[in-house]
Amino acid sequence: MNNDLQQENYDRRKFCQSLLGSIAFLLLPIQSRAAEKKNPNRVLVLGNGYIPSDHYWGMGIDISKCIGCGRCVDACKMENKVPREPFFFRTWVERYRIYEDDETQVDSPEGAINGFTTVPFGNHVIRSFFVPKLCNQCDNPPCVQVCPVGATFITEDGVILVDSDYCIGCRYCVQACPYGARFINPFTSTAEKCTFCYHRVAKGMAPACVEVCPTQARIFGEIRKKASPLVRFIRMNNIGVLKPNLNTEPKVYYADLDGEVR
Amino acid sequence: MEEVTKHLLPLFKEITGFIYPNEIELHWKILIVLYPYLTGLVAGAFILASLVKIFNVKEMQPTYRVSLLTALGFLLVAPLPLLAHLGHPERSYEIFLTPNSKSAMAMFGFVYAWYLMAVLLLEIWFDYRRDLIRWTGKEKGWKKLLYRIISLFSSDISDKALTFDKKAIRVITVIGIPSAFLLHGYVGFIFGSIKANPWWSSVLMPIVFLFSAIVSGIALILLIYMIIVPMRSKLMDIKCLDKLASYLFYAMIVDFSLEALDFIHRIYESEESIKILSELVSGKLFVSLIVIQLLVGMLIPLFAIAAVKMFHLPEELRKLIYFVSALMVQIGIFSTRWNVVIGGQLFSKSFRGLTAYKMTFLGLEGLLVSIGFLILPFLVLYFLFSILPPWEEARES
Repeated sequence: MNNDLQQENYDRRKFCQSLLGSIAFLLLPIQSRAAEKKNPNRVLVLGNGYIPSDHYWGMGIDISKCIGCGRCVDACKMENKVPREPFFFRTWVERYRIYEDDETQVDSPEGAINGFTTVPFGNHVIRSFFVPKLCNQCDNPPCVQVCPVGATFITEDGVILVDSDYCIGCRYCVQACPYGARFINPFTSTAEKCTFCYHRVAKGMAPACVEVCPTQARIFGEIRKKASPLVRFIRMNNIGVLKPNLNTEPKVYYADLDGEVR
Repeated sequence: MEEVTKHLLPLFKEITGFIYPNEIELHWKILIVLYPYLTGLVAGAFILASLVKIFNVKEMQPTYRVSLLTALGFLLVAPLPLLAHLGHPERSYEIFLTPNSKSAMAMFGFVYAWYLMAVLLLEIWFDYRRDLIRWTGKEKGWKKLLYRIISLFSSDISDKALTFDKKAIRVITVIGIPSAFLLHGYVGFIFGSIKANPWWSSVLMPIVFLFSAIVSGIALILLIYMIIVPMRSKLMDIKCLDKLASYLFYAMIVDFSLEALDFIHRIYESEESIKILSELVSGKLFVSLIVIQLLVGMLIPLFAIAAVKMFHLPEELRKLIYFVSALMVQIGIFSTRWNVVIGGQLFSKSFRGLTAYKMTFLGLEGLLVSIGFLILPFLVLYFLFSILPPWEEARES
């Protein structure tokens, strides 16, 4: 009898031990995350010595300088191995034509990768201009908010990236982006978008689209350093961002943005 | 790659106005239409079962177990179309391991698991426990073993234990109703919280989803009841049918009012997107929204059931009207899901143009697979009915 009781006690103890053990095991991921948070001074340094937290990137676009040649679109596709088919773009150029009768026509044939063809003037055009588009690298990014697994994230230097080894391809981020800047890469079946050419920026180079622009309509640079050409550009021009009513806080700044541009 | 090109190139001709170049590919296709449709049926069927239990509606007692099993059958199938549509289904477990707490979608796994494990399975288990134990005694061979396993080897059918079962069911039902609301309201939230899309972005979305779910669930149980009872050569309980139909009627009134409110609100506020949305509704969505969803799925069944309530029609005619109405409601609700999911992607976020959706016949996102996903819950249901017969006779014996 006594023996039985002891046995029972022993079993109970063993049960409690394994119960606690398994609960502790379940909580392990939370523990490791807590450990990460305890070290706020940890500075991320990339392999080549690039320190993301020293920078904060943005892009300015001078609409009056863009001639719609589409070289940026071509360069982007080459640099980032974006499929050449006309359904996948990290950047593209739109042409706006506003007529006398207030009608607005917008086009972007194949993302303007081959530029634009002239159209015969019928109605009288009162304004016409080109608008390069790309991911706005929002400070309040809806795409990052909705990603169920956290595969898309904002870096310390303010760029939104996608971890293609982690993305499950649910396409929620594509739906959440108000700018149509995302697409699904048909080869990897994961979400893709402009990265500000992060691989180049981390080496101290400018994004490919900025580098090839013949009229310097794109200005890439630091937002938080006073000596940066981007800060100067933002100060000297009438700046607008796309869809400001959605409070996404874009970091792509347009000079002389027309009200018709969405 | 060639396949994608082959599928997308012809769509160029369908575009009207201007769309962003990346928008030509429609991202959520027929499989994502199925998902809210199926979960809606789950939530609706469960809420119906709960009404029977909580308000003790005697007339609808014959549908209680049928509703529970229907909810389970459809719940088991509901995540499959989701999984099939993922670009990397093999990584789907990441939603459970490293969920992004800010993402509405990341909560799916938890809401689903809670609903399945803590509500539906538990309620079914408590409701069937006594019968399972009895069947264990009666059956032989593998079936005996199966019942023993399903009953989790419990064997207590004393009065005290049975009273506890009843109490447990009540508690679970009380927890279950908000859970069912959560399950489907949350699906509505996934769409309603996308501020980039004016067709989806509405605070009413979860509530509209919920009431349309209740409508579709009641209609489904009505259909299943009216098909199964004659198949078993039994007589239909007309009182039960009348009650189901009037519940359907009231749920439809609420659903209709909410949808009308949403519609009027949009037109009255007349935001930036109103032009392109009205172009959408009067053009590409006219048949599926105005004709099928509104007329076939809502107004005609409403008037038909109202007519039954007003004039004392003969029993056979009543049955016919109920059956046809429930069928039309089902088509209407499927169309509702279609109009939300597909409709929300047919216009450009530049609000300057419309694109098109062409469903394929073959392929994972094709018509054939979708029909399969619609038939599958009924096969599961057939299996559930055969091992857990929901009929009164099975309970008595």
